[in-house]
Amino acid sequence: MASVPRSFLLLSIIPTILILCADFACCNTGRKTGDGLDTDFSGFSVPLEHSFEVDDVSRFRMRGALQLRGGRETSVSLSQSQLSEEDRKTLKEVAAVDGLYKIRVPRVSLTDRQTERQMDGYLTAFVRACSLVESHLSDVITLHTDVSGYLIGVSIVTIPGACRGTEVEDEVDLEAFNTTLTIIAPTNAPQPETALFIERMDIEHEKRGKPQEQKSFFAKYWMYIVPLVLFLMMSGAQDQSGGGAANGGGR
Amino acid sequence: MAKLTSLFVILLSFFCISEAVFEDQVGKFDWRQQYVGKTLFAHFESNTQSSKKMFVATDKNIFASFNSRTGDLLWRHVDKTGPEGSIDILLLHGQDGRLLRSWDTNIGGLNWEAVLDTGSFQAACFVAIQDTVKLVAVLKKAAISLHYLSNGHQKWVENLPDSDAVQYQAVYSGGEEEVYVLGVVPNSHLTIIAYSLEDGEIIKQVTTLALSSNLHCCVVVGQGVLMCVDPATLALYTLPIQAEETPEFSQILLQVLYLSPTATTVSFSEPVLDVEIINTFLCCCCFLQAFLVSFATTGKKTVAAVMTPKNETVSCPRACAINLFSVDSGRRLLDTTVLFPLEPNGGKPHTLYVHAFLKKDDSVGYRVLVQTQDHALTFIQQPGRVVWTREEALADVVTMEMVDLPLTGTQAELEGEFGKKADGLFPMVLKRLSSQVTLLQAWLAHLWKLFYEARKPRSQVKNEVTIETLSRDEFNLQKMMVMVTASGKLFGIDSKSGSILWKHYLENVQPNAAFKLIVQRTTAHFPHPPQCTLLIKDKDTGLATLHVFNPIFGRKSHIALPALPRPILQSLLLPVIDQDYAKVLLLVDDQYKVTAFPSTKNVLQQLQEMASSIFFYLIRSDQGNLSGFRLRKDLSTERIWEVVLPTEVQKIVAVKGKRPNEHVHSQGRVMGDRSVLYKYLNPNLLAVVTESTDTHPERAFVGVFLVDGVTGRIIHEAVQRKARGPVHFVHSENWVVYEYWNTKSRRNEFSVLELFEGTELYNSTVFSSLDRPHLPQVLQQTYIFPSPITTMEATLTEKGITSRHLLVGLPSGAILSLPKMFLDPRRPEVVTEHSREENLIPYAPEMPIRTEWFINYNQTVARVKGIYTAPSGLESTCLVVAYGLDIYQTRVYPSKQFDVLKDDYDYVLISSVLFALFFATMISKRLAQVKLLNRAWR
Repeated sequence: MASVPRSFLLLSIIPTILILCADFACCNTGRKTGDGLDTDFSGFSVPLEHSFEVDDVSRFRMRGALQLRGGRETSVSLSQSQLSEEDRKTLKEVAAVDGLYKIRVPRVSLTDRQTERQMDGYLTAFVRACSLVESHLSDVITLHTDVSGYLIGVSIVTIPGACRGTEVEDEVDLEAFNTTLTIIAPTNAPQPETALFIERMDIEHEKRGKPQEQKSFFAKYWMYIVPLVLFLMMSGAQDQSGGGAANGGGR
Repeated sequence: MAKLTSLFVILLSFFCISEAVFEDQVGKFDWRQQYVGKTLFAHFESNTQSSKKMFVATDKNIFASFNSRTGDLLWRHVDKTGPEGSIDILLLHGQDGRLLRSWDTNIGGLNWEAVLDTGSFQAACFVAIQDTVKLVAVLKKAAISLHYLSNGHQKWVENLPDSDAVQYQAVYSGGEEEVYVLGVVPNSHLTIIAYSLEDGEIIKQVTTLALSSNLHCCVVVGQGVLMCVDPATLALYTLPIQAEETPEFSQILLQVLYLSPTATTVSFSEPVLDVEIINTFLCCCCFLQAFLVSFATTGKKTVAAVMTPKNETVSCPRACAINLFSVDSGRRLLDTTVLFPLEPNGGKPHTLYVHAFLKKDDSVGYRVLVQTQDHALTFIQQPGRVVWTREEALADVVTMEMVDLPLTGTQAELEGEFGKKADGLFPMVLKRLSSQVTLLQAWLAHLWKLFYEARKPRSQVKNEVTIETLSRDEFNLQKMMVMVTASGKLFGIDSKSGSILWKHYLENVQPNAAFKLIVQRTTAHFPHPPQCTLLIKDKDTGLATLHVFNPIFGRKSHIALPALPRPILQSLLLPVIDQDYAKVLLLVDDQYKVTAFPSTKNVLQQLQEMASSIFFYLIRSDQGNLSGFRLRKDLSTERIWEVVLPTEVQKIVAVKGKRPNEHVHSQGRVMGDRSVLYKYLNPNLLAVVTESTDTHPERAFVGVFLVDGVTGRIIHEAVQRKARGPVHFVHSENWVVYEYWNTKSRRNEFSVLELFEGTELYNSTVFSSLDRPHLPQVLQQTYIFPSPITTMEATLTEKGITSRHLLVGLPSGAILSLPKMFLDPRRPEVVTEHSREENLIPYAPEMPIRTEWFINYNQTVARVKGIYTAPSGLESTCLVVAYGLDIYQTRVYPSKQFDVLKDDYDYVLISSVLFALFFATMISKRLAQVKLLNRAWR
């Protein structure tokens, strides 16, 4: 499947892109040498291709190279060339007929590259060509990976994203891409927070429990009980003074 | 603060208690129907005329008893699904695969249960000693065992000799001291082994030449005579089993025998027939081109019931006649003909079960139970009266829709008046007046009917629902339920009473076909009839066929259907309507070519205009591939995005979009500080759930991807670690709720994802997937759920004002209505002033299950497979249908009935108070006037 687009590419090559094609080959070799050295720290590059045609038939050409760096901290950077005058013209024409601007990257794995599994196919995304033109080529490309580091999707949006039909007069605005590139790995969904809940319950219990424990019945009413007891003792001592004395002696 | 919280919880519980059903409301708004499935074995209790019980075992692993007079279910045992619980054979005492069970026929209680040795089951029979059944013989692949009937204890078990080579297939007991086991070595010889009943000793073992490879078309008849039918040679072979010396097959050639495939599966319920009789009998019934034959014995008489097509061709008869033949003479018994009418849209008869009995005058009477191909059971009494019919196809509902009922004639006329073009002032006035008069007439007729019925006692007033009287009620609470069953039979059921109003059997539907039911035109477009389309896809070939019908009457529409020569990958219903108000259905085939239905010129023109804004997605779960396409003007397609989830890591389990008829009333949530948190309401959002291929409990995970179906942008990607399926999930509004099994803590957990745009909306007027550059904020929370679940659905109301509930089907058959309020990722860990202002419940890791939340109180739905929700005309009310083995219909009020007065509303008190106040004001006004006048005179 991969061979089909490449031959297609070769067929449709115009001389200027030949250099880019060589670049593409260079990328491949770069990947292999990178393998041999160190997987964690040496990055590798994959081609970022784009296609915009008036007749909406995809003809992907080189746009730039993505420098991917796997490992614990995945990072990505993009080196891309400027749009040629012919490309600018085509892009404006595509925008005029509300065509699509498509990009694609090959499917690669960021981590597990020793196996060098032949993953054929590309990940494709698109944006309306008019919004790309109107935003003066400022786009946001996001690469998505799955848990094991495979690239699973790519997305492109422009900021602003709307097509208002404003004319872009200045050709200079369409020369260089102003790309923001991010790579997003899946987030871990939360587990039920039992520990925190139990802790909170304990604190609540303590709050509720402590004052009751501290203020026992005696502690609360000692001011009434002590005089009462004293009074009873006094009155009892008065009644049986003899016995009281004997008791006192015994004590 | 704690006190406040507890107060709040108490308040909340009060709020929830009122959701339960009151005792006098039981059965008022809800109904349940119980089914058993396709009958495999059926037996009648005894051979007397007065017996009422019959027993069936079905392919759904159910053993049940019916009242044969009414067809009502007396009791039912639902066994495990799958091969574990399958019933291999039903003698009058039921038995299961590895377990041998005996049941009490009166109440269905289990008498005993015995565990059998492993090995595939072959046959079983009762063993009688001097005409009393005391033992059960069970033949397995390599062993035979004998059990006592009274307690299930094993008497003895013996290994069968040479069981690798010999296929033992039948067991027979003639009432003496031996039990015979018949085995066959394919294309070689037949082995007959006689075991002693006492100790399982082999008394003798004989072999003889075999004729065919298996014994399936053989029966043991009479006093130990094996009889086989060989379709190849058109001959009947007999063999005396109990013969002393080596027995030989004797061949009887049947010259006139017309052996249809059914004739080889003739069922012999009682093995007491004589060989010659069978011979003559088979000949005579084959002359008649019999459909089905069934034997029954009563007293000393053995009869055979023969079903023949009545004076029509065999292929499509309109009715069948059932005749009783005496087996002794082969002659037809007089006055025994029963006519079995075949429904025009029903299936052909499949199996016949006869219940014969001796009448008082010693003649033979009988009743028959006919099972048709569409799994319907019909019980017929002798004069030809259908006593009852059970539609057992409804035990396996695949998909369903609810369709609004049409307006009555007068209402429709009124509606039609506005639709027509104006033709002058005067005719319009006339038309208006005439329609008013008809309305008045209808109202008067209604009043008269009310008055007339009020005089009758309540029990006599029956609201018979027929197709003719169907009309929409005031609040659109009564709808037509269109149900599609796995057998290919369609049903139209009135949602109020549960009565079946129409049924239509689709022949030639493959057993593993996939169905998709689409409502193309609702009842709102009078005079165009509503239109439903059923897409039937063969899972093996992928080829699809369409069945277009009117959902109210069930009649097939005569519309030209598009030719679909290629496998269909995807179907999508567009909001585009043709000139007849039918929505356009697009079918995408495996070459990504699109077929439109209906494909009139008008539709094609509209499609061409809109082509650049029609996007669709395809999912190939076997390749982990999600891809998006855009329609071109020539109805070809163009691939515009592609997302690939490597199948080595995870596989796509399910994908769900949002329901197209869902409305969201509020765009955001007002927070405690009076700012608004706007919801991310993307109608094109897809929730994709994956499961890891690695099933190790530490490494297994469940992935949840939120993908925009137009741009292919991954909006959110979350991984639930240490989790595995089965995953059930609901995707609605701006949230996804999913349930999974936590492999580490070994419990079921619920997780909720909510998407918000933030405190400012990007574009508040319209949502476009192409122009929404910022990713939404995603909030997520997880809870423990104390029960496994089988299915899940969210309530749906007309305008989406009512708060949402989740309807959760539990394995116990209960349906839990869980307020969405409990599944809110904004539930705070610590209660603050703001969260209290917002009415957020403080976070608790465990989700409660309150018994008041069970919407079906004690009406459990066995093996609930799906829940369907539909909005009604009342905003507060949502109609719910739960289907599985049973069907249960009810209404739920997630925010209570805020727009309806209660049943026990005190009209008298309110109106008397109103009148009293009115008169009091009048009098006091008068008095005040008088007083003022007097003062002025002074």
